Amino acid sequence: MTAPGNTGGTSAARPKDLDPATARPVLDSSDINRALTRIAHEIVERAKGADDVVLLGIPTRGVALARRLGERLASIEDGAKVPVGALDITMYRDDLRLGPARALERTEIPAEGIDGKLVVLVDDVLFSGRTIRAALDALNDIGRPRAVQLAVLVDRGHRELPIRADYVGKNLPTSLRETVKVHLAEYDGRDAVLLGTRAADPAAAPTDAEK
Amino acid sequence: MKRHLISAADLTRDDAILILDTAEELAHIAERPIKKLPTLRGRTVVNLFFEDSTRTRISFEAAAKRLSADVINFSAKGSSVSKGESLKDTALTLQAMGADAVVIRHHASGAPHRLAGSGWLRGSVVNAGDGTHEHPTQALLDAFTMRRRLAGGRGDLEGRRITLVGDVLHSRVARSNVLLLATLGAEVTLVAPPTLLPIGVESWPCTVSYDLDAPLPKSDAVMMLRVQRERMNAAFFPTEREYSRRYGLDLRRMAMLPEHAIVMHPGPMNRGMEIAAEVADSTRSTIVEQVTNGVSVRMAVLYLLLGGNEPALSAPSTASTPSTGTEESTK
Amino acid sequence: MSTYLIKDAKVLGGDASDVLIRDGVIAEIGTDLSTDGATVIEAAGQILLPGLVDLHTHLREPGREDAETVATGANAAALGGFTAVHAMANTDPVADTAGTVEQVWRLGQETGRCDVHPVGAVTVGLEGKRLAELGAMADSAARVRVFSDDGKCVDDAVIMRRALEYVKAFDGVVAQHAQEPRLTEGAQMNEGTVSGELGLRGWPAVAEESIIARDVLLTAHVGSRLHVCHVSTAGSVEILRWAKSKGWNVTAEVTPHHLLLTDELVRSYDPVYKVNPPLRTAADVTALREALADGTIDAVATDHAPHPSEDKDCEWAVAAMGMLGLETALSIVQETMVDTGLLDWAGVADRMSVRPAAIGRLEGHGRPVEVGEPANLVLVDPTPRRTVEPSELASRSRNTPYAGLELPGKVVATFLRGVPTVIDGKLA
Repeated sequence: MTAPGNTGGTSAARPKDLDPATARPVLDSSDINRALTRIAHEIVERAKGADDVVLLGIPTRGVALARRLGERLASIEDGAKVPVGALDITMYRDDLRLGPARALERTEIPAEGIDGKLVVLVDDVLFSGRTIRAALDALNDIGRPRAVQLAVLVDRGHRELPIRADYVGKNLPTSLRETVKVHLAEYDGRDAVLLGTRAADPAAAPTDAEK
Repeated sequence: MKRHLISAADLTRDDAILILDTAEELAHIAERPIKKLPTLRGRTVVNLFFEDSTRTRISFEAAAKRLSADVINFSAKGSSVSKGESLKDTALTLQAMGADAVVIRHHASGAPHRLAGSGWLRGSVVNAGDGTHEHPTQALLDAFTMRRRLAGGRGDLEGRRITLVGDVLHSRVARSNVLLLATLGAEVTLVAPPTLLPIGVESWPCTVSYDLDAPLPKSDAVMMLRVQRERMNAAFFPTEREYSRRYGLDLRRMAMLPEHAIVMHPGPMNRGMEIAAEVADSTRSTIVEQVTNGVSVRMAVLYLLLGGNEPALSAPSTASTPSTGTEESTK
Repeated sequence: MSTYLIKDAKVLGGDASDVLIRDGVIAEIGTDLSTDGATVIEAAGQILLPGLVDLHTHLREPGREDAETVATGANAAALGGFTAVHAMANTDPVADTAGTVEQVWRLGQETGRCDVHPVGAVTVGLEGKRLAELGAMADSAARVRVFSDDGKCVDDAVIMRRALEYVKAFDGVVAQHAQEPRLTEGAQMNEGTVSGELGLRGWPAVAEESIIARDVLLTAHVGSRLHVCHVSTAGSVEILRWAKSKGWNVTAEVTPHHLLLTDELVRSYDPVYKVNPPLRTAADVTALREALADGTIDAVATDHAPHPSEDKDCEWAVAAMGMLGLETALSIVQETMVDTGLLDWAGVADRMSVRPAAIGRLEGHGRPVEVGEPANLVLVDPTPRRTVEPSELASRSRNTPYAGLELPGKVVATFLRGVPTVIDGKLA
């Protein structure tokens, strides 16, 4: 069984390991903070307030990012409580049969529900877009939001589906030989975004994220 | 995890917790407007029931359907099986139909083991109760219920004291529960008249008592096993009345349990025999909850066996495999 | 009739000698015998024993010719080194009349591979109710001396007593299948730790032991002769040891599989291990080996029980009980008794030929390897090891529990009254 934290449901949360020799930081802690603060302001601006916003993080690291965004929205909106939850997309993935069955992550839908709300999906890295496709399917089985938007910390390109992010912390042009690894203090002890080449691992089956 | 679920002994502690954790997540599906996941779309699950058990069959059926699998119910009654078709030919037929998993209930102990090990079919085999051998998904749903009530729905059951009462000799539920609960760290006590305990029970990972009153004050959960009235005719006990008096759970005995303790029964119950009606209907009783949890646990098992291109990864199993050579055991 | 010279064979495992076979008898034994006109068999390092005698074989004919026939069973017997087998009575129809036993006896003679001595049923239809015509079977051309309801126990104490008394008239013996029926209703395997874990209904040792205890007392009471089939428990051995110490006329057999296999194998739920009596524990196996070594158990008998594949390719509960034995018996005995130092080759000759022939009152079998004796002989090479391959067996059935197991020893040649039935390890 794989340990929690390595099994995140997002396309970038389960990359082949970053070759540590090639890893270089592209965002540090303060960059990440600034990006999240900016995204929070953009959300308030576009939603004209945060009244009906529900933040749903995609495990693993999207959940922590959603919580941080929630705190920022609350401070911008004078302590207004913004519902934050988690949306595990494992059961909706299109690459389930390319590997062993995966452990599930927690789905927590805030008590307010999502019907008629503005749901902002939060993920760490946007890559092929397949994770977001799965998340949209999952949302569909849970309720009917007024609108769905997407916030990501990093957009590394290489989309395979007609999906785009509404809020992007950093656009990061990458090659397919490269991989992006987001570290967050909640899981990894520190905040950083690393870019490097993928470590050779011929044993592992490719996932859609690496295609 | 192994490819088949035949015995609770097939599960390592990590496997068991993975199943329980997965079931915990899947339990939320029941609260949603759309109680369905697309995960097993295109997979075929066959419910192969050689023995009547509507409860278990519909539980597996609901689990498979909530995961969007195609479900084929194959009941031995009124089928070619009742015309003398062998288990082997039935299995070859299911293989030809492309069954990805076969959920089998059979009156013969070991039939699922045969089905899984014979090479007659390629899919996963899930034991839904075989003879007087095992019923691993029942043990999983029982453990799930205990974990929710006694351990906050997390981790294992380390140090929890569980008392199983009744016809252990003929109970597949008891065998699977003893194995799984031991794997999860619980301390199990079996209570039964000596006639209803198997020879060799002293080698099981549990303690044995002929007296029900003794373990009750320290029990976190007490599970009453169904006792068939017909056993009386084979001299396993003198009368229903005597059985009920010595081994039935009534209000007096329930009052001996600690405040937090729960009362379980795998069903179907003989009210007034092994369990008093007032006990079965009390707030301590988890009997209805067990049924609900059964669907979540079976969803978890089907997902973890069929959701990927192979069963979910887990720590290496420590379960022993039978030796084929015999020199080691006899020389 | 050809003349054969077996050169440099160790007779009963002793010194190397040449043995000349002529006109169906052992004509000469010595060293450097003349090879003139004889077919020479080089046998340096090989063991020469009297032809093996099986007290317990199921040949299935008449009735279940899909499992075995007298002819295929006799081939298997010859390849296993046997020159005589006792064919059990539980055929269809049951061998409970002079007509049926004569038919089996005649079919055996026609094979020319092995003498087939029918066992007569003790009771009509093996039903345990009325004595079969034991005298008629004894007086028939088959000269039946061994009577058994094998497969079923003669559990009625009165019927058993009468049978024991009645066979005294023609020096017969009752071979009892010791199994108390009420204690073994629906029983599936040895009752113990393994049966408890597997949820298979237990077959307690006491079901065998209680019948043996009763029968040895009955035998002493009426002054008759009892043979106990397929002894399988340490407790049975104790009772037999006690009965023999009293000087009572009690003999017993053990099967090769009970000398090697244990109930741990049932964990596979593979019905190839389903047998009656069931495989027991390692402690029982040890006790049985010791009892065979010290003579408490007189004989090894195969209980060769062929079954068609559909009766084994199924779930445990509905599978037939029994396993093949003729073609592997000697190898199992070498593995468990000779190679462990419990028994020498002379001991093997005693337990697999001399004593079973004496129990069955056979003439011409189980004789010493001496000049003038009938040339019923088997030549064994103890050195090679072979892996059992079911498809290579001569039996019509395939239910050997030893598939894939490597076993020692090889039957090189078998002679029935001077005629080779097996030569170079193949049917002659």
